[in-house]
Amino acid sequence: MSNVLFDVPGPKARLRHQILAVVGVIGVAGIVGFIGYRFYDSGQFAPKMWEWLQYTTIQEQLAERILATLKAFALGAVMAMLFGAILAAGKLSEHAIWRGPATVIVEVFRAIPLLIMIFFFYFGLPAIDIKMSQFTAVVVGLTLYNGSVLAEVFRAGIMSLPRGQTEAAYALGMRKTQVMVLVLLPQALRVMLPTIVSQLVVLLKDTALGFIINYKELLDYAKYLGGQGQFGRPLVPVTLVVAAIYVTMCLLLTWLAVTLEKRNRRDKKLTPIDTKALDDVAIPAASQSM
Amino acid sequence: MSLLSTYSGLFLSAFATTLKLFAFSAVGSLLLGTILAMMRVSPVPVFRAAGATYVTLVRNTPLTLVFFFFTFAYPLLKILKLDYEQGAIVALTLYTSAFICEVVRSGINTVPVGQAEASRALGLTFTQMLGSVVLPQAMRSVVPPLVSTLIALLKNTTVSAGFSVGDAGAIQSTLSEEGANMLVGLSWVAFFFVVLVLPLTFLQRSLEKRWSVAR
Repeated sequence: MSNVLFDVPGPKARLRHQILAVVGVIGVAGIVGFIGYRFYDSGQFAPKMWEWLQYTTIQEQLAERILATLKAFALGAVMAMLFGAILAAGKLSEHAIWRGPATVIVEVFRAIPLLIMIFFFYFGLPAIDIKMSQFTAVVVGLTLYNGSVLAEVFRAGIMSLPRGQTEAAYALGMRKTQVMVLVLLPQALRVMLPTIVSQLVVLLKDTALGFIINYKELLDYAKYLGGQGQFGRPLVPVTLVVAAIYVTMCLLLTWLAVTLEKRNRRDKKLTPIDTKALDDVAIPAASQSM
Repeated sequence: MSLLSTYSGLFLSAFATTLKLFAFSAVGSLLLGTILAMMRVSPVPVFRAAGATYVTLVRNTPLTLVFFFFTFAYPLLKILKLDYEQGAIVALTLYTSAFICEVVRSGINTVPVGQAEASRALGLTFTQMLGSVVLPQAMRSVVPPLVSTLIALLKNTTVSAGFSVGDAGAIQSTLSEEGANMLVGLSWVAFFFVVLVLPLTFLQRSLEKRWSVAR
C-alpha cells in the first residue's frame, strides 16, 4: 500500500532510518512520558483516585449508564436506517413530487449541526407545547441527522450497480418494486455494509451529545463520579476509563465492519464456484465426468 | 424577524465566535493532520505506529468526551493554562486532525504506484518525491473529502457550547435566560448554519465532478 512510496533501503538509508527511529522513539516517549509525569505529579495515579473502580454499586451504575448509551444508539440506529431507506427511496423516485422534498430534507438535515437539532427538540419544541424527554430528543436528533447521511449512502450504493442489472430485470418483465427489492437491494446492501457500519460508529459517538442536555448516559455519569469528594474527585481517572469504554465499543463496531467486508470479499470469490455448480446441474454430462 | 432584530448583537457575536473557532482549528488540524499523514506513510516504523495509534484512538472517541477532557480533566494536570475558548480550539484541532490525516493518506494511496516508482527511478529523494510528484496529484482526490471534513468541523464547533464557550450553539442558553421564544431562535440558528454549509457543499460537489473527470 503505502510502502511503494519508498525504495528498499540501502545501508545508508537504513542507518538514517535507524537514527530517525531512535529520535522518533525518544520523541514519542518524551511526549507520552511528559503527559504521564503530569498525571503522576498531579496525583492522578494515587491509589485513592482509582478506589471507586472496586465498588460494586459504582460498577453496576456504570453498566446501567453504558446500557443507557447503547439504548439511545440501538433505537437511533434502527430508526435512522428506516428513515434513510425512506429518504433514499424518495431520492431515487422517478416522480419529482417525491424526489424534490427528499433531496431538500437530506440537504437541510445534513447541514444543521446535530447539537442544534437536539436543542431544537429539547428546548425549542416546548414553545408549541410538545415536550420531549432527553432520551427522545437525542434519539430523534440522531435519527434525522444520520438518516439523511444514510439516505445518501443507500442512494450511492444503488447507483453504483451496473445499469445492466436494472435493464436485465426490466427485460425479464419485472415491475419497478420487484427490480428494487429482488435485484438491486440485495446487491447494493453488500457493497454498502462497511459504510453503513462506519456511519453507525459515528452515531454511537454522537450519543455522547446527550451529555450536554443532561441525558443520563455514560459521559454524564463520568461528570457525576468525577465530582465525588469521597473518592478524591477522580475526574481524570474517570475520564480515562470512560474514554476506554467508548473506544472499545466503537472498535468492536469497526471490527464488525471489517469482518463484514472480509466476508463480502470471500463471497465474491465464491460466486464462480456457485455458477459452476449450477452448470453441473444443468448439464448432466459434465457432472458424470467429474 | 423581530427576534432576530432584537438579538442581532447576540447572533453576530456568537457566529463570529463560531467562525473564529472554525478558522483556528481548521488551520491547526490541517497542519497536524498532514504531519500525521506523513508519519503514517513514512519509512520509519515508529512514526507509522505512533500515527496509527493516535488516529485509531481519536477517531473512536466522541468529540464531546474530548471537550470533556479539556474542560474538566486537563486543568487538573496543570500543564499549560487554557481558557475555555483555547481549550475548545485544542479539542477541535486534535479531533479533526485524525480525520484529515485519513483523508490525506487515502489521497496519497490513490496516486498510481508508477508515479512513485518513476520518481524514484529519476533519483528523487523521499521528500522531493512526496513534495513535487505524489502530493500535488493527491491534492485532486483529497480536496473534495477535505471540504466535507471541514464542513463537519464547522458543525462540530457547536459542541463547545456545552462547555462554556459563547458560540452559535450557546445562543440557546442566552435566549432561555431572557425568556425569548426558543423555537424561533433555534430555527434561526439552524437556518444560518444551512446558509454557511450549503455553499461549501456545492463547492465540494463541483470540485468532485470537475476533478473526477480528469483522473
